[in-house]
Amino acid sequence: MGIIHPFERPNSYIGRSMSRTRAKRAVAGRGRYTDDITPPRTLHAAFVRSPYAHARITGIETDAAKAAPGVRLVMTGAELAEMCTGPWVGTLTVFENMKAEPQYPMAVDRVCWQGEPVVMIVADTRALAEDAGELVEISYEELPVVIEKETALDPSTPLIHPNLGTNKAWDKTIDTGDVDKAFAEADHVIEETFLFGRHTAVSLESRVVLSEYDPGTERLTIHTSSQCPHMIETVFAMTLGIPEHNVRIVAPDVGGSFGLKIHTFGDEVAATAASMKLGRPVKFVADRLESFVSDIHARENRVHAKIGVMNDGTMIAAEIDDLSGVGAYSQYPRTSVFEANQILNITFGPYKHPNYRAKATVVYLNAVPTSQYRAVGHPIGISVGEFMMDRAAEATGLDPFEIRRRNVMEDNSYPRQIGAGITMKDLSHEACLQKLHALMDYDALRGEQAELRAKGIYRGIGIAGFIKGTAPSPVGYYGAGGARIAAQDATTVKLEPSGGVIVCLGVTDQGQGVDTVMEQIAAAAIGMEVEQVRAISGDTDAVPYGGGTYASRATAIGGEATYQAARDLRREILEMAGQLLQASPDALDIVDGCVVDAEGGAERMPLSEIGRIGHFQLGELPGDYQPVLSHTRRYRLQDLPYIFTNGIHGAYVEVDPDTGWIRHLKHWVVEDCGRIINPLLADEQVRGGAVQGIGGALYEHCIYDVNGQLQNGTMADYITPMAAEMPDIEVAHVQTPTTESELGAKGAGESGTGAAPGVLMNAVNDAIRTLTDRHVTEQPMTPEVVLKALGKI
Amino acid sequence: MTEETTTVTMTVNGETATRIVRVREHLVDFIRGELGYTGSHLGCEHGICGACSVRVDGDVVRGCLTLAVQCDGAVIETIEGLTDSGEIADLQVTFVERNAMQCGFCTPGMLMTAAELLAQKKPMSRDEIRAFMSGNYCRCTGYHAIIDAIETTNNSRLKG
Repeated sequence: MGIIHPFERPNSYIGRSMSRTRAKRAVAGRGRYTDDITPPRTLHAAFVRSPYAHARITGIETDAAKAAPGVRLVMTGAELAEMCTGPWVGTLTVFENMKAEPQYPMAVDRVCWQGEPVVMIVADTRALAEDAGELVEISYEELPVVIEKETALDPSTPLIHPNLGTNKAWDKTIDTGDVDKAFAEADHVIEETFLFGRHTAVSLESRVVLSEYDPGTERLTIHTSSQCPHMIETVFAMTLGIPEHNVRIVAPDVGGSFGLKIHTFGDEVAATAASMKLGRPVKFVADRLESFVSDIHARENRVHAKIGVMNDGTMIAAEIDDLSGVGAYSQYPRTSVFEANQILNITFGPYKHPNYRAKATVVYLNAVPTSQYRAVGHPIGISVGEFMMDRAAEATGLDPFEIRRRNVMEDNSYPRQIGAGITMKDLSHEACLQKLHALMDYDALRGEQAELRAKGIYRGIGIAGFIKGTAPSPVGYYGAGGARIAAQDATTVKLEPSGGVIVCLGVTDQGQGVDTVMEQIAAAAIGMEVEQVRAISGDTDAVPYGGGTYASRATAIGGEATYQAARDLRREILEMAGQLLQASPDALDIVDGCVVDAEGGAERMPLSEIGRIGHFQLGELPGDYQPVLSHTRRYRLQDLPYIFTNGIHGAYVEVDPDTGWIRHLKHWVVEDCGRIINPLLADEQVRGGAVQGIGGALYEHCIYDVNGQLQNGTMADYITPMAAEMPDIEVAHVQTPTTESELGAKGAGESGTGAAPGVLMNAVNDAIRTLTDRHVTEQPMTPEVVLKALGKI
Repeated sequence: MTEETTTVTMTVNGETATRIVRVREHLVDFIRGELGYTGSHLGCEHGICGACSVRVDGDVVRGCLTLAVQCDGAVIETIEGLTDSGEIADLQVTFVERNAMQCGFCTPGMLMTAAELLAQKKPMSRDEIRAFMSGNYCRCTGYHAIIDAIETTNNSRLKG
């Protein structure tokens, strides 16, 4: 007998589906988002944005705007720059030789993308601020626009930032083994070129800040729709020259984020500066049209890929050449080159391929800056790698499942390195392949496909395996890379007098259910009912300094911090109970919020007694015994750059060869995110992520014309998935706990987005296989793209 | 330049409100800002996303494409009103149990439209439910859980 480990207890909260308390609030319309908060005397900011993709500002006339009704402040970029400690430079030391132009929050003398903020108006209402914006006269001298990434480095192409001496932001090459020799020896060499369109996050709640500067206490409070409150605290404090400890960031309910809200934006700094200047609350809510031209974009890449395969299906060499078109600046503080870097890291990641050469070239364009959007780089790398794997299957006459079985890293072969030189541990490609095969009822599906094809119905079946980097460590891009963004995270677990527990989290919740998951972890680790645990997150005055939620890290990193802090509290409770009960702590346990005898389970003392005595009746304890009842733990990944996860998607689609229309009929996911705390929430992360990936694969595209004008910056024109077009998604798991933490959880939030585009592209190509020798290699896979592959246009 | 205003009276969630409104103000800015019903959200303000869905005289409309002045004399119901009346209590419980939302921003609008679907009192396939709900965007869930929750509620209501 004795203590049973929290994971093994009957009805443990670890591994139990539970609904979220925040959900109860949301269905009643009681969610509290930043724009729902309006303190007395709040003013509202609006921005005059550049209509040009590249132009010199030759004059700004603001007198008429200043005189307009309700206007309290008009601020130009130059005036704002004077309030800043200096410009942002979006580089990290880890990206060797990276070049980036310094950038102020609003344009000072030159605009570099359509939508860049130029003048801020602050007025009594948003409508009055917009009215006054119409009265601002800005004269521009147009400059040449660089919008084509393919020609951005041509000697004849003008420079966006002459000071950099080039339009190239960064390049990198990985060269492992002897790639050329392997290609020479291969039975089949297959090459293809892929195009990936620009996306943007389209969180349903746009970016919002409500900044309140109190000139008395010199404290700045910002309510904002953010994933990373402490990062915002640090960056805004540094940018505006305020001590970090005088800045409080509160992220209330956040209406969707997907990576968009891990960044800092110039218009948000401007609104905050206005609050400091005016000593009044200033709110800025990006409207949908300005979101399209100011939220970060992502994904614009061209990849050339080549693989060498033997007749038995073994891949012996792989090569990719990636060209990444970012925006006018490198987004501070995370940079705009991550996506290209991740493509190099993860392409062909599931597979043994001793010879790997990968090159990335990142070029600036006069377009909205790009940066991290859900599953950074993975949709591209996985689409490329999995398409090539299917081509290899065709060339060798193998089934897509079989060629993957022959090439994946074996489940018992870890730790080992992938071609990019990164160490993999605790993965389960073989188990996932097997599970998906059964889940899809693959052989029956192939039978149905053949039957329907005979009737002129073109259905395709795709599969796509993946690895996904989650929960980055501080040895990589953050911390060691130079960005002041925490890659470790922290949780404080406190026993209240009532015997309830409060869990204060450095990570944050945007609806994934982070709060609920942490409550489950703490309840399980202590041995109490989850209803007696309450999580607090998203307020830098209330929680320990942490990184927030990005890169699928909340449960993997923050969860382990919570687990360890809760175990510390448990140890203290047992120690104190031992003092009070004249028992050895080892002879006691905590079950359902009550200290019990480890042997026999007799109830000895409820946690409410521990709380009462520990906080008030200290006389009942020995004089030299001082309770703490509050424990903070920090956790970081130590040896690896990421906790990698793996899995595989399956898709079943129908293509209409006359219209090029793709119907997505069914989607399956088998994934391994390690130990699952709450299966209900984990499944919904996978489903939501997959649909975001499907949107990118089929519809989403920020389309620029040659003048750098965004052509489809409305929700009517930039199409995101709607209910009718999306399939049901069946989700299954293999659980291989990471050996990096005691909890064993890996990240779950992004892998769906990473693998869905690749599986759809494979399914579409499978559907049209008998109709054409060409392939669909461009995303989004619009009807036009499909018809081109069919040779019909 | 002064902003043109007029006085309107409407019944919002059962309570009568008379206010001076700016004639250019849309309904959801009015009920959020003036009346404090912040459950209705603005996702696009051009009639696409459905987060602002509210009932006007019994019909679900886009609150961002409806001016407050158009609603003089109208009966308005928002998510707060539907919650208080208990009309969709079963649907709300099912949404929570099924985790048919993540960030919750689209949820009030989604529930307004789903209430209209349930009021039809007729059997609906998943595809039909998906088509009916297509005017309400969700960026988090991928829709599957939302369709599950509506299907479950519709079926259990039809069973009585």
